[in-house]
Amino acid sequence: MSIDLKTIKHISKLARISVDQQRAEKLAGDLNSIFDFIEKLNELKTDNVEPLTSIAETTLKLRSDEVKSKNIREQIIKNSPQNNEDYFVVPKVIE
Amino acid sequence: MSDITKQSLTELVENIKNKKLSSTDVTKAFIDRSEKSEKLNAYITNDFTSALDKAKKFDQKPNLDLKLPGIPMAVKDLFCTKDIKTTAGSKILNNFVPTYESTVTENIWNEGAILLGKLNCDEFAMGSSNETSFFGNVQSPIDKNLVPGGSSGGSASAVAGQLTPVTIGTDTGGSIRQPASFTGIVGLKPTYGSCSRYGIVAFASSLDQAGPMAQNVKDCALLHEVISSYDPKDSTSIDFKRNHYSKELTNNIKGKKIGIPKEYRVDGMPKEIEDLWQKGIQYIKDCGAETIDISLPNTSYALPTYYIVAPAEASSNLARYDGVKYGFRAKGENLIDMYEKTRSEGFGAEVQRRIMIGTYVLSSGYYDAYYLKAQKVRKLIKNDFDEAYKKVDAILTPSTPSSAFKIGEKTNDPVSMYLNDIFTVPVNLAGLPGISIPAGHDAKGYPLGLQIIGKAFDEQNILNIAYAMEEKINFKNKITDWWIK
Repeated sequence: MSIDLKTIKHISKLARISVDQQRAEKLAGDLNSIFDFIEKLNELKTDNVEPLTSIAETTLKLRSDEVKSKNIREQIIKNSPQNNEDYFVVPKVIE
Repeated sequence: MSDITKQSLTELVENIKNKKLSSTDVTKAFIDRSEKSEKLNAYITNDFTSALDKAKKFDQKPNLDLKLPGIPMAVKDLFCTKDIKTTAGSKILNNFVPTYESTVTENIWNEGAILLGKLNCDEFAMGSSNETSFFGNVQSPIDKNLVPGGSSGGSASAVAGQLTPVTIGTDTGGSIRQPASFTGIVGLKPTYGSCSRYGIVAFASSLDQAGPMAQNVKDCALLHEVISSYDPKDSTSIDFKRNHYSKELTNNIKGKKIGIPKEYRVDGMPKEIEDLWQKGIQYIKDCGAETIDISLPNTSYALPTYYIVAPAEASSNLARYDGVKYGFRAKGENLIDMYEKTRSEGFGAEVQRRIMIGTYVLSSGYYDAYYLKAQKVRKLIKNDFDEAYKKVDAILTPSTPSSAFKIGEKTNDPVSMYLNDIFTVPVNLAGLPGISIPAGHDAKGYPLGLQIIGKAFDEQNILNIAYAMEEKINFKNKITDWWIK
């Protein structure tokens, strides 16, 4: 299998990470060697195997739906790079 | 007492309880040594001033019934600590100050311990050498050219270098056990669901576990007893009866059956590792336990499985770093441009690589071929262990396929770096507990570790085996203080 530059550009778009040409080439090389290594899994026949979806073999506990954290607006907003009163501020999205 | 930092946690607790030492004496000693140890780069953030205040306050009205009375402790910078910067070793969290406390650190402070500072680690715990941290690599107290291992490299370096009596790390694929092995200390990765993940910066949620790192098995058992708790704030936390691990610790392992898996004898493994393993087998027998050859047939598929599952989970966990709610933000022409530049400038190369792998394996058209396939193989790997545990009580393997490598030796070849975790990764995939104990030195004098893998929730058993073996091994770490002027 080979991951080409076009695929790298596509994944970087999906992952919302901008990559320049030089970085894309480096990533293509790295990912190809990693996927060569991963391809080993194809040796295994797994048609009749149930996928493992949860490692903890317990059912999720139910709890009553109560508000536990109250009035933490300030705490939530505190670490944001840009805010205005009670709002996160982002670059303008509507023309 | 000039030798305070040489004492084990158990000794320090005893000396504080007997009033031979005060919390201030102990805290001062570790701060002093930490300040002389800047070269190791083990800390990202120190909290020495308020640690000393807290120690003085403790001494004024000491509560000696606590398990960690006035004990200073530095922790991995992956645990959220209220009002203390928490970076996960990343530029993207360089200015993040949590407004809440992780459950495991909360448990530690509730038992009387005092925060010394936050320890360096690989960025988002992604690495095996502590070379991916935004805050620079950590040096090993064993030798200045060596990596301390990773991702809990700062933690390993700080315990081995006696900058903190004990510490906690996190282990997603070996991040406690591999650095413990590289620096000659003890590290336990608990059963999945044993320690709460609440307030730990997430990497791969189905694999991440917090665990203790210590100079010896008893200290490790004591700290595990403190951090392991059921927590409703973590939906995968498991409500089971936890032992008093340190009190119930015994070196009597007579009649225990220990499995030796043949698949861990990998190609190209140095003879020193094989010899160490054989020595371990002999120690087990000397303790009156029995060894049995077993097979874990899918072992060689564990690492490729891990490199699908872990990046897939990481790519969705790390989607939250968007420059809006917290952390670093880059300037962008519009919202999308801001996201893309923030993540490109905020994440380091290894983290970006893993996000890209994860995004790819989860993307349309590839999900079945990679992610679903990996989940199926993960099931086979878990079945291997289930099958083995019908015959044995625990499993003995080497912790790592080699001793610590040199700084820079593997940074250009991700796959060779990943291969370091070949013996530790299967344990995370199966959600089992594993402990690494120092068991000898290689020809260069670098420490080597052995790993004991247990059944789920059977921490007491592997701690006991480790405790019995520790006595026979009588390991002495060769710390020369090379970094202290």
